[in-house]
Amino acid sequence: MQVPAPFDYVRATSVANALELLERHGPEARVIAGGHSLLPMMKLRLARPDWIIDINDVAELHALTEEPDELRVGALTRHAELLDSDVVGRLFPIIHDAERVIADPVVRNRGTIGGSLGQADPAEDLTTVCDVLHARIVIASPGGERVVDMADFHRGPYETACEQHELITEIRFPVRPRAGSAYEKVERRVGDWAVAAAGAALWMAEDGTVADATIGLTALGLEGPAVEAAAVLIGERPSEDLFAEAADLAAAASSPIEDQRGPVDYKRHLAAELTRRVLGRALDRAAHPAVA
Amino acid sequence: MQVTMTVNGTEVTRDVEPRILLVHYLRESLGLTGTHWGCDTSNCGTCVVLVDGEPVKSCTQLAAMTAGHEVTTVEGMADGATLDPVQQGFMEEHGLQCGFCTPGMMLTARALLDRNPDPAEDEIREAISGQICRCTGYATIVRSVQWAAAHPAAEGTTASEVPA
Ligand SMILES: Cc1cc2nc3c(=O)[nH]c(=O)nc-3n(C[C@H](O)[C@H](O)[C@H](O)COP(=O)(O)OP(=O)(O)OC[C@H]3O[C@@H](n4cnc5c(N)ncnc54)[C@H](O)[C@@H]3O)c2cc1C
Ligand code: FES
Ligand code: FES
Repeated sequence: MQVPAPFDYVRATSVANALELLERHGPEARVIAGGHSLLPMMKLRLARPDWIIDINDVAELHALTEEPDELRVGALTRHAELLDSDVVGRLFPIIHDAERVIADPVVRNRGTIGGSLGQADPAEDLTTVCDVLHARIVIASPGGERVVDMADFHRGPYETACEQHELITEIRFPVRPRAGSAYEKVERRVGDWAVAAAGAALWMAEDGTVADATIGLTALGLEGPAVEAAAVLIGERPSEDLFAEAADLAAAASSPIEDQRGPVDYKRHLAAELTRRVLGRALDRAAHPAVA
Repeated sequence: MQVTMTVNGTEVTRDVEPRILLVHYLRESLGLTGTHWGCDTSNCGTCVVLVDGEPVKSCTQLAAMTAGHEVTTVEGMADGATLDPVQQGFMEEHGLQCGFCTPGMMLTARALLDRNPDPAEDEIREAISGQICRCTGYATIVRSVQWAAAHPAAEGTTASEVPA
């Protein structure tokens, strides 16, 4: 029966107040959102903060707004809310694909998008999704606010551009025409972390060629998108052969490690197979967008 | 610190350490041992309670985070002597063997039926997919929830009629 080591607890009432509290309580203070990554780590003493700053009451972190050119998602938006949102499913079906297989419905009632990105676990699904969608992350710090591209935000396993005294406030997903996206994950059992997963987005040109593409892999030892794999798609007319070529390049870019979830060759096989599947589904969705 | 929340309709306050998890608050501070504890990894779901009507793993939430919220535990499911249809369904369809997972399963079922009074079998299985029945009695758990869906206002079995 594990409980966290002792700490002090305080609730933040606003973003400004959370930043103040982070500054006041020093380098061993940590923000808690859903707590579904932080509390398990605290039970295992993998994290041992002196102060816990609870941001669950900060209403300004809890909005979902559709702008003409982007969807803005507050950091405190729960997995379950993303999954329930029609606008999210219509604009970014990849988010719904991923959310259906992130943890289980009870965990999804609490876990947040901001906490997921803040945790940056290599097997965490929303980081890949945000990479694929070229999301931009809004970070509040005592000096003001900055907007960071995913490429700069996600620095590696458990490491992001959000410093300990800062707060992720919003995730912005650019809306572009003729887009399709998809995510697929292989897990050992329902609710488990990925053995491997892949996500892809395609943006089509009016002439039916691929205008832009991104491919991302989860739990496969690749940080950031598979750039070379996506590059072979751009300017080309989609075909099964073309997708297979990109899928092989994505697998080549992966560097999975053997663990209890499977051996290297199996995971690399999944990298190719899942990439091929999500490209097909993304194309299908770009051609047949969900009606508003 | 003083932690005040509403548990099964009654406001309670206890002085606890900030690190106390909701499951401990319920079991140890309040003596409500119907909420079980089965793992340290947030995987088993035997600790599920409703917070503001939504199923939550009470081992993965601080009691302090729950202050000001409404919690329902298995002890709060029956209305006086009248069982919740979900509880009655678990009796009718043999939804429990050892009973360890049962409080969490019943609360998740209650929340599901509140949102979706006539769930498909798949939807029931999905709803309880974060909860493990060590006795592997999933088929009868699903049938118990289906029984409750079919009997939304159960005939009012009273708790005293429940076989001991
Ligand atoms: C049983 C189980 C299975 C899971 N399976 C999966 C899975 O398959 N795929 C998956 O992707 N995830 C999975 N998760 C993780 C789940 O998605 C978590 O909810 C998520 O990783 C963290 O979100 P949180 O809100 O709970 O974050 P918290 O635990 O509250 O915080 C995590 C970290 O982020 C920081 N943080 C939180 N919010 C902010 C913010 N706004 N600004 C700056 N820093 C912040 C915290 O300080 C902490 O360091 C699983 C979790 C559990 C318990
Ligand atoms: S005790 Fe196992 S999930 Fe809470
Ligand atoms: S009845 Fe024994 S754990 Fe489910």
